[in-house]
Amino acid sequence: MMDKFFSGKLLFVGLLFAGLALYPLVASSYGLDLVSKIMIYAILAMSLELLVGSTGLVCFGQAAFFGIGAYIAVMLSPESESGHLLWLLPAAILAAAVYALFVGALSLRTKGVYFIMVTLAFAQMAYYVVHDTKLGGGTDGIYLYFKPTLGSILDLNHPQVLYFFTWVFLVWTFIFLAILLGSHFGRVLAGIRINEQRMRASGFSTYPYKLAAFVTSGGIAGLAGFLFAVKDGFVNPEMMSWHLSGALLIMIILGGLGHLRGAIIGAFAFVFLQEFFKSSDIFGAFAKHWQLGLGFTIIACVAVLPKGLVGLPEVLRKRLYGGRPSSDAQIVLK
Amino acid sequence: MAETLLRGSDITQRWGGLVAVNAVSIELERGSVHAVIGTNGAGKSTLINILSGEFPPTEGKIELLGQEATHWSQAKRARQGLGRSYQRNTIFPDFTVFENCRLAAQAQVQRPWVWWNNAQKCKHSVTAANHALELAGLMSVKERFAGLLSHGQKRQLEIAMCLAIQPKVLLLDEPLAGMGAEETDRMLELLASLKRDHAILLVEHDMDAVFRIADRITVMVNGSVIASDTPDQIRVNADVQTAYLGGH
Ligand SMILES: Nc1ncnc2c1ncn2[C@@H]1O[C@H](COP(=O)(O)OP(=O)(O)O)[C@@H](O)[C@H]1O
Ligand SMILES: [Mg+2]
Repeated sequence: MMDKFFSGKLLFVGLLFAGLALYPLVASSYGLDLVSKIMIYAILAMSLELLVGSTGLVCFGQAAFFGIGAYIAVMLSPESESGHLLWLLPAAILAAAVYALFVGALSLRTKGVYFIMVTLAFAQMAYYVVHDTKLGGGTDGIYLYFKPTLGSILDLNHPQVLYFFTWVFLVWTFIFLAILLGSHFGRVLAGIRINEQRMRASGFSTYPYKLAAFVTSGGIAGLAGFLFAVKDGFVNPEMMSWHLSGALLIMIILGGLGHLRGAIIGAFAFVFLQEFFKSSDIFGAFAKHWQLGLGFTIIACVAVLPKGLVGLPEVLRKRLYGGRPSSDAQIVLK
Repeated sequence: MAETLLRGSDITQRWGGLVAVNAVSIELERGSVHAVIGTNGAGKSTLINILSGEFPPTEGKIELLGQEATHWSQAKRARQGLGRSYQRNTIFPDFTVFENCRLAAQAQVQRPWVWWNNAQKCKHSVTAANHALELAGLMSVKERFAGLLSHGQKRQLEIAMCLAIQPKVLLLDEPLAGMGAEETDRMLELLASLKRDHAILLVEHDMDAVFRIADRITVMVNGSVIASDTPDQIRVNADVQTAYLGGH
C-alpha cells in the first residue's frame, strides 16, 4: 500500500517535470513567459512550504527574501556589461539567507500569531527600505540592462534558455528539499511541527534546527528572486510586499500543506486562476474585480478539499467507488 | 551504597501566590523505583517538569549524574540520560510506532548537516528504536500509525519513546492512567526489569501498583512533602493516613 502510494506520487512529479520540459515545443511566447513565472513561484512556494508545511512555522514575510535576492542580483550587476552568473547567483542566495538568519534569530523567539506578525514586520521593514530610499531606485525600481552570463555558454536573453534555466532550478529545488526532508534534519523538523515539547524532551535543541530551516528557506527564496529579476530584467518594491507573502501562503494551502508537490501544484493553480479571472474575454468588465472571483474560488476549493489539491485523487476515488478508502490511505503520508 | 543519579535539593516553584512545589528534596538511585504520590494538584507534575528542565524552578538545585545541572536546558538533560514521559500522551500520531521511537533515538546521534542521507538508514536510531519497542512490547504493531493505537498501547509507546533515548534516569508521570489490569501488570513487569540499570521516579494514582513496585514512597500535599519512606513505613504513617490514604 505504502509503496504504491509513494510511487504514485513520484510518477506524478516525474510526469509534471517531463511535461514542463516538453512544453516549449508547443508554447507561444506568452505561454513560455507565464510558465517561467509560475516555475519561479513554485520554487518560492516550496521554500515557504519548508517552513509552514514541514516545520509548522507560519512565516508571513517570505516576499522579503525573494525581493532581496532579486535586488541583489540587479544591484551587483555591472551597468554596462553582463555580470558573471557564478558570482551573482551565490551572492543573491547568500544575501537572502543572511537576512533570513537575522529575521529568524529574532522572530523564532516568539510563537504562534506573534511569529506571524514579527515575520511580517521584518518583511515590511525591507519593503520600506527599498520603497522609501534611493538605495534600490525607490518606487520606480531598477532595470537590469544586461542579464548575467556564464561565459558564452548561456544566453539568458533567449526566453527558451531562460525557461530551461528556471526548469533546472525547479527540479533541483524539489529534489534537494525531498532529500532534505527525509534526512535526520528533515525528520526533526517534522517532529517539531507536531510536538516541539516532545522533541526537546528527547534531547533536541529545537531553536538551531528551526533557525537552520529558516535560513535554508530564505536562501531558496533568494534563488527564486534572482531568477525573477533575470527573467523580467526589472525589480520593484512590490516584489517584497505582503500581498506576495499572502499569495504564497494561499498557494501552499491550496496545493496541500505538508507536501512539496503541493507547493508546485498550488503555484500553478493560483496563477492559472488569477489569469482566468483577469481575462476580459471571459468576464468582460467584471475582470476588473478578478480578486473577488479568485477569492471565492479559493475558499470553495479549500472547503471541498481540506487537504488541498493533492487530496483530489482521494476525494475522487471516494466519490467514484463510494467505499471508504483503506485505513492506511486515510492518513496522509508526509 | 546505591548510586544517586538525580538529586533535587530544596526545589520550590511559585506562580504568583501559589506555591506549587515547596522546598522539596528528592534523590533517585540506580536500582530503585521512587514513587511520588499525592492528590490532584499536589505538585507532582510540576516537580517532574522542573527535574526534567521544562522550566527552571523559582529556587532549588538539581544534580544529574553527579554534575550540577540546574541551568542545563531540557534538551541537554535528555542527551545526558534523563528520559521523561508526560501525563498526557506526546506521541506523534501520523508517524508509525517505529518512527516515533526512531526519531527519539536520533537525538543521541544528531547529524543534521548530513542532509543527503536518509534518516531511515541511521543504524543507531533504528537499533535503539527496535530495542525500545521490544522492551515495551510493541513489536507487533511497529508499522502501525501511532494515532491508531489503543489507549493502553499509546501509553506504552509514550514509555518506549523515553527508552529509545537510552536514559539512565526515568521520570514517569502517571504511566498507568487508564490502563486495563493486564496492561498494568505488563507495565509493572517492564518497570521492574528496567529498575536494575535505571533510577526511576514514578508518579502514580494506582495505589496497589505503587505499593507493589516502589522501593521508596514520597507523599506530597499542597506542594510539600509530608513523608518519605519505605512502603511499609508509609502504610502505617499516621500523617499520611489522615492526609491522603484515608484508611487505604
Ligand atoms: N503553568 C502553571 N501556571 C500556574 N499554575 C500552575 C501551572 N502548572 C500547574 N499549576 C498549578 O500548580 C499546582 C500543581 O499542579 P500539578 O503539578 O500539575 O499537580 P499534580 O500533577 O500533582 O496533579 C496546581 O494547583 C496547578 O493548578
Ligand atoms: Mg499531574
